[in-house]
Amino acid sequence: MFVFHSSLTWHISDFWLIHIAILCSYDLQRPISEQKELLNKWNEMGTDEPDLSLFRPVYAPKDFLEVLMNLRNPNYENGDQPSSRNHLGLIQVPLKVKDIPELKEYFGELGLNTGQLGIDDSAQVPPELFENEHLRIGQKVLTEQDSAAAQQYVRQGCPTALRAELWALILNISNQPEDILYYEQLKSNVIQHDLLVDSLIYKDVKLTASNDDYYFVFEDYLYQVLFCFSRDTSVLEHFTYSSATPPKSYIRGKLGMEEYAVFYPPSGVIPFHGFSMYVAPLCFLYHEPSKLYQIFREMYVRFFFRLHSISSHPSGIVSLCLLFETLLQTHLPQLFYHLREIGAQPLRISFKWMVRAFSGYLATDQLLLLWDRILGYNSLEILAVLAAAVFAFRAVNLMEVTSLAAAEAVLADLSTLKVMPLLQIFLFATVT
Amino acid sequence: MAGKVKWVTDIEKSVLINNFEKRGWIQAAENEDWNFYWMSIQTIRNVFSVETGYRLSDDQIVNHFPNHYELTRKDLMVKNIKRYRKELEKEGSPLAEKDENGKYIYLDFVPVTFMLPADYNLFVEEFRKNPSSTWIMKPCGKAQGKGIFLINKLSQIKKWSRDSKTSSFVSQSSSKEAYVISLYINNPLLIGGKKFDLRLYVLVSTYRPLRCYMYKLGFCRFCTVKYTPSTSELDNMFVHLTNVAIQKHGDDYNHIHGGKWTVSNLHLYLESTRGKEVTNKLFNEIHWIIVQSLKAVSPVMNNDKHCFECYGYDIIIDDKLKPWLIEVNASPSLTSSTANDRILKYNLINDTLNIAVPNGEIPDCKWNKSPPKEALGSYEVLYDEEMAQSDGPDRDLRSRSGQSIGIKGNRARDSGKPVLTTWK
Repeated sequence: MFVFHSSLTWHISDFWLIHIAILCSYDLQRPISEQKELLNKWNEMGTDEPDLSLFRPVYAPKDFLEVLMNLRNPNYENGDQPSSRNHLGLIQVPLKVKDIPELKEYFGELGLNTGQLGIDDSAQVPPELFENEHLRIGQKVLTEQDSAAAQQYVRQGCPTALRAELWALILNISNQPEDILYYEQLKSNVIQHDLLVDSLIYKDVKLTASNDDYYFVFEDYLYQVLFCFSRDTSVLEHFTYSSATPPKSYIRGKLGMEEYAVFYPPSGVIPFHGFSMYVAPLCFLYHEPSKLYQIFREMYVRFFFRLHSISSHPSGIVSLCLLFETLLQTHLPQLFYHLREIGAQPLRISFKWMVRAFSGYLATDQLLLLWDRILGYNSLEILAVLAAAVFAFRAVNLMEVTSLAAAEAVLADLSTLKVMPLLQIFLFATVT
Repeated sequence: MAGKVKWVTDIEKSVLINNFEKRGWIQAAENEDWNFYWMSIQTIRNVFSVETGYRLSDDQIVNHFPNHYELTRKDLMVKNIKRYRKELEKEGSPLAEKDENGKYIYLDFVPVTFMLPADYNLFVEEFRKNPSSTWIMKPCGKAQGKGIFLINKLSQIKKWSRDSKTSSFVSQSSSKEAYVISLYINNPLLIGGKKFDLRLYVLVSTYRPLRCYMYKLGFCRFCTVKYTPSTSELDNMFVHLTNVAIQKHGDDYNHIHGGKWTVSNLHLYLESTRGKEVTNKLFNEIHWIIVQSLKAVSPVMNNDKHCFECYGYDIIIDDKLKPWLIEVNASPSLTSSTANDRILKYNLINDTLNIAVPNGEIPDCKWNKSPPKEALGSYEVLYDEEMAQSDGPDRDLRSRSGQSIGIKGNRARDSGKPVLTTWK
């Protein structure tokens, strides 16, 4: 474990620091008439977008990947170790990642002899064998409101009808009156004040979720959740355990004077391209806005923030990238070398899947089964394992391609994949 | 070995023609020897009309029943269902049981409907019981949302009044001028704040015995504009009518997803947010009302053995999760609004042809119309009267995956005999 030097802070924050100072004047208190109008249209903001032609997303996953590729640990000396494996991937930071035997133990409940939802609930399997009993246990866990038991339980997947409650139990979301009040307060913040970052959110939703076959229906909920989120200063608390720093801005005319610094946006989180896809799948589970909001916020501060900030945490994106590359290089060396030869470094393709936790790439029911396991194991490592499993699954076709574009094409459509069989085969049924 | 199937169509749609060509079938002209004719509904009228009609030979099949309009015209559908219910009531069938308000418990799946101008006075009586209700006016013979409007005042439909001076003119004009007026479902189930309806495809290969299949891959059609029952928006068809033909002209229409959701998404959403029991109950009811509507018209249908038909059922779910049958389309659109749509419709035709023209060989209309299970593709057996009557449990009706339209535990209903112990 080592700490990243602050000079590795990536350039995007500098960009923002300068521009926020200039653009702060755009964040105005809304005139009363506009407030009234926004309140009326709160449930249909999708039909009222502002002029977004001058806005581009602040950064996209591929920009972030460029930064990660250039990470080096200045304290690390690797020249004298003849036994050290040459890592041929894009990530050149030697973090410790699990190997397959360790993953098999870690993800023990995904083994071949344990019942899983996503495998043992298919039409051909009689429900008496697993599904009915699993459902019964799930109902018992909910009745007893046992959060730790729930976390253990969901490792085998959540029955669809119980998932919303189980996740809430694990995330400790109970939607008390004070929670609802907090949400309403955030909502009134949105009504009263315009924020520049709102336009970024609009743009992101319009570019991603609005065009998505599964999530377009929930477009308006996404605005509600994300506008509130960007104003939620309680999100700042997660920076105490994140190695990222929220961007700061300065009151007009006081650039550089710390006593006049504020976090911008209030939550400290600038949405990148695809950010709204963290929220979208949750709309299938929660249709009550304040609960949806709280679930998302908790998912973000527990998991999703690690996917777009730099750290050495095992669930951080850097470790996930390294885990993915190591798994591939170790267990599918031919494929790995082939893709590298043709200029199609595998991480270039799988990075966007992992940053988005596969949202928008998998069919929703499969995504939810995957996120069950994220909650169950309290870890994002499964994303890297799944990414490697996808490559393994399509290995035959990938061996035939001769360009990055062709490799992208083979892996363009993941919507028919069944995640649990893929994971199980990769971890437990492949000869290593 | 028989020769290749000769096909004709007067509907120039690639999803059809590609399917014919991929089977190696040969295109023919209408006046030549053909085996398979995918007709528009104008053509089927000619084929079976008294003046211009002609006999079909044993190796010719067509994609409509001669008098499909008994089901697919809005006024006749309602008439047949009302007649069916009365018959069941007369014979004391438990299916026709009514509740304390006089509403049918199991057969109340069509919104209250009247024909205009014929039932105008009956309509007025009903209207006055609930003067704040909204009603929807639909021309009997049109499609794609054309000519539909909403009213909430009697004055808005004055010209259909029998007492008005124009009534004699109206009653003499062609049946195209006839309208039905139905109680508008102003509390539809909303998802994401928007109204939607369901389009389900049902294939009927024979009416007596009734054998019908439901396509597993139906879809929901969403309005692009937020739903509001407000009277100020009664004229805004983008709020109220889900027809793609209408919605695609809206400002917010999206050409990537076309405002369409799969039925499996709907199932996932409902099961996640409302629970398993009510979701299964809803889907069971949907299957039930489709089968009942077919049973209602089956006695009056000309069960010509040269015919099969693929219907487009339109169903709306209200906020109490009750499904309502809005109408049945004889010629569901084969136009594709999105890439996914094209794939769906291509596969729909493919699976339909596999059932209607088994093995892609020259048809023999005398065959028993019992395709093997492997030929069903994405269809599943919805109701098979012959199998139901032989009292065997019909395993084809069970489907377990949360993805497909679950008809778990539906054996009792589909056996053709109501088993009321399961409902009470």
